[in-house]
Amino acid sequence: MILIWLIAIPLIAGVLAWFTGKWSKQAPRWISLIAASIDFVLGLVLWSRFGSEMRLAGNPRWVEQVNWSWVPQLGIRFHLALDGLSLLLLMLTFLLGIISVLASWREIQDKVGFFHLNLMWILAGISGVFLAVDLFLFYFAWELMLIPMFFLIAVWGHENRVYAAVKFFLFTQLSGLLMLISILALYVIHHHLTGVYTFEYESLLGTRLAPHTALLIMLGFFVAFAVKLPMFPLHPWLPDAHTEAPTAGSIILAGLLLKTGAYGLLRFVLPLFPHAAHRFAPVALVLAVIGILYGAVMAYGQTDLKRLVAYTSVSHLGFVLLGIFTFNSWALDGALMGMIAHGISTGALFMITGQLQERTHTREAGRLGGLWATMPRMGGAALFFAMGSMGLPGLGDFVGEFLVLIGTYEAHLLGLTIATSIGILFSTFYALRFVQAGFHGPNSNNWSVQDLVPREVVMLVPMVAILIWLGIYPQPIFNTFRSTRQKIEQYASLHVGPQQAAQSGRAATTIDTLPSPPWGRGWLAAGVFTSRREPGLRPPKVAYAPELQRRSGSCPQAGEGVAEIVQKESVKSAQSADLIPENTK
Amino acid sequence: MSATGWFTLLPLFILGGASIAVMIAVAIRRSHALAVGLTLIGLALAFASLWVVAPETPRQVTALLIVDSYALFYMGLVIASTFAIVLLSHAYFERHEGNPEELYVLLLVAALGSAVLVASSNFISFFLGLEILSIALYALNAYLHTRRFPLEAGIKYLILAASSAAFLLFGMALIYAELGTMDFARIREMLTASPGASQVILLAGSALIITGFGFKLALVPFHLWTPDIYQGAPAPVAAFVATVSKGAMFALLLRYFYWSGSHHFGAVFLVFTVIAIASMVAGNILAMMQSNVKRVLAYSSIAHMGYVLVAFQAGGRLAVEAVTFYLVAYFITTIGAFGVVTMLSNSEREADEIADYRGLFWRRPVLASVFTAMLLSLAGIPVTAGFVAKFYVIDAGASSAIWLLVFVLIVSSVFGLYYYLRIVVAMYSGLHEEAAAPSSSLLPALSAGGGFVLAVLTILLVWVGVYPATLLQIIHSTVGRAL
Repeated sequence: MILIWLIAIPLIAGVLAWFTGKWSKQAPRWISLIAASIDFVLGLVLWSRFGSEMRLAGNPRWVEQVNWSWVPQLGIRFHLALDGLSLLLLMLTFLLGIISVLASWREIQDKVGFFHLNLMWILAGISGVFLAVDLFLFYFAWELMLIPMFFLIAVWGHENRVYAAVKFFLFTQLSGLLMLISILALYVIHHHLTGVYTFEYESLLGTRLAPHTALLIMLGFFVAFAVKLPMFPLHPWLPDAHTEAPTAGSIILAGLLLKTGAYGLLRFVLPLFPHAAHRFAPVALVLAVIGILYGAVMAYGQTDLKRLVAYTSVSHLGFVLLGIFTFNSWALDGALMGMIAHGISTGALFMITGQLQERTHTREAGRLGGLWATMPRMGGAALFFAMGSMGLPGLGDFVGEFLVLIGTYEAHLLGLTIATSIGILFSTFYALRFVQAGFHGPNSNNWSVQDLVPREVVMLVPMVAILIWLGIYPQPIFNTFRSTRQKIEQYASLHVGPQQAAQSGRAATTIDTLPSPPWGRGWLAAGVFTSRREPGLRPPKVAYAPELQRRSGSCPQAGEGVAEIVQKESVKSAQSADLIPENTK
Repeated sequence: MSATGWFTLLPLFILGGASIAVMIAVAIRRSHALAVGLTLIGLALAFASLWVVAPETPRQVTALLIVDSYALFYMGLVIASTFAIVLLSHAYFERHEGNPEELYVLLLVAALGSAVLVASSNFISFFLGLEILSIALYALNAYLHTRRFPLEAGIKYLILAASSAAFLLFGMALIYAELGTMDFARIREMLTASPGASQVILLAGSALIITGFGFKLALVPFHLWTPDIYQGAPAPVAAFVATVSKGAMFALLLRYFYWSGSHHFGAVFLVFTVIAIASMVAGNILAMMQSNVKRVLAYSSIAHMGYVLVAFQAGGRLAVEAVTFYLVAYFITTIGAFGVVTMLSNSEREADEIADYRGLFWRRPVLASVFTAMLLSLAGIPVTAGFVAKFYVIDAGASSAIWLLVFVLIVSSVFGLYYYLRIVVAMYSGLHEEAAAPSSSLLPALSAGGGFVLAVLTILLVWVGVYPATLLQIIHSTVGRAL
């Protein structure tokens, strides 16, 4: 039930904010702030309760779920489930939710109630995306989060807002519809094979697909996620949307909406279509590296500071894509860390540009400069997050990028590794340019503006703290992610794919089975990343497809009570928990 | 003919009786409220009679009509929509000059024609129903006969509908000449029983019948009348043309082609594929170029009929259910959208320029929210009925692997999004200039009846969008069982 509340609280708060907005400007802000904070606390509770479970190998896939009948005629269920990956991204969602409410505190003065309605509903939609494990529900939430985002940009954005909002909407909608075709194709094929209509993620996991079909269906999903990510060359919506959105919109776009793309790749593309993903990997990898370099070069060339930050997202999410399609533990860990750290550092950079614009009414590099003299605290914050963005060791982004690089190197993708390293070099240029254009140099425009106010300090300090924490002790994140990561790896390593079910004796690619270079081990041994050995994990041997299909054979009837279903599902999931790690015990 | 046979036609009798009752009442005492009240009572009785009749179904009544659960479902849809449109008309014509009372006679007659259409199992009743519907529509379109645009709409519709009816008749005649029967089910038997029948004549007949259908459904290339009629006709009448008349026609299309089996002719299938693609593409692209909301809705309805054809092409039980579901969602949405236009129109002119909607949200938040919901439903965005409907149609298409049509649907509906968003953006624009000129000529009071209709439609829209299981269940147990 707690999962329902995670989504319901922002939904309700949004409506309340709208109503109270008629009488007061403060009420919607406080309501939204409280709602996001409650969700954040709920997330912490979940983390503390299930954190230890998530780090164990071979535990149930989901630590918490809600599974209700929704549209039984079509095999659609209202099925939310939580695992380490979704928990981490939910925490990020609520954290950035709080931040974006605070960031709009003074910026948004018109229609405050309606603004917060949209803001809260985006958070609800994004939470739905991270929690849904019924493909219909996932698509529902996926589309749902776009509408409030569209309004956020179109109503409260800057000069060119309508163009940016419509462009954003059309890009994501077209790609989303392609995913819908893929979802339905998978659903129909699964029905042909088993006679069962279901959108259930776990039931669809084992669907046997002809290689060609699998590739086509996979591409539908991939395009939807790659547009969100955004992968070069599907990124043109991003600079406009990010630049034109109000600060809160930019924070949520960069911090969360892009992550839904990466999440989709991890959750759906790799496990559902492991073979197709492997066939497609070379293309994805090359595009990822192009994205890294292209984003960095474009960022360097911008004169609009917000646009500069927007382009860095293309570069950073290139790392994430690279990590995901490298398929090994290091790279996957790196991708996850990249997602979280990027959410925080880029969110903070957008916040800073927003604050700059609030004070100076410009984002043009040429008109700014020399602001350090008048607002040293903000200058310091900007420098800090720019350092984070360029991957300074000790901060979260570095860990992500470094792990992705190791992973790529391990996968014998030397050329890509080298090109990527050059990308990191470029990131230094744009990060320094951001600071230099805004804060260094002579204050030739004679700016004299207010430095950070306490509210802004309150926002920035936790983000600084989290980024440092991620940089020097990221282990809790990896622990939480571990169980999910292992499952993704098991699928992605092709040993449990249906075709290979019989011959899955070989070891999965894990940290322990990979020959690590001495320097890598040494670095790990230095204690920066502790306890990365996972003695519990042995190669899985699974008789896979038949079992899955048998399990999926029960689509509850329309009349069934919710309690019965939940009970049934919990029994079922307890059984399914044993599915993969059966032989590892 | 047994008594129960006639008894099952009770809904039709009630509709017919109600129109006569209203006519007599108008002759005795001219009162808008009285006419509306009688009409609503008649429609409510007809709606209730569906349940009275339901246990007797399916029953063939004479050679012409069949009352089965399929027919009853669509009659219910027709009657309920007419009910909503009557309420909207009341709100609309209260503000207009002239005598509005006869309008309701015409609406009832049109509903009767539609109800006959959905129960037809024979060319004769098909044509009878079509003419009852069309003749009422000629007058309805031109109801504000002192104005230029309604008159133009009426004349255009008259000429084009009459000529398309001629095509239709000729097509029926050709098929009758070759097979010797007018009964849909018998046509199928004859087709299999007499392989010697001339394919050329049968195909020509089918082509002419498709022309007739295409005209009524406003499918490309028979769509040219649509934007002018929508623009010219009074908003509630346009809603009727867009929903009831098209829905009844589509119900008949399904029955005719599935029963007669001519859907499986390669050529017929190909023609429908081409028509569907052309409707989706042309409808959506032309809609992008409009600046008049009613014309946008007209072109978008062309595209929507194309989407429904995709489900129709899929064939089988799933297709029947998907088509029906889509039509229900389309009815709710379209009546809602025209309802908003009705509410905003005044005695001077219709609120049909996009400029009229600028900043509407900041002046009339509820009305603008309703309109937003309707437009997003037309665009197929979640939480609205249109989303589930589009999902279902794509599902039907995917099940039959008609990928070309599904892809065209997807791509063209993205164009569709663009023009719906344009209207939405207009409603939410002008945030910082709210004091500037709220076009006072377009601020009528929200009438109780109209407001009620919009509220119900919005609730239905969201309910079907969030919890479609109920509607699916109803469709499954009525429509799905019958064909």
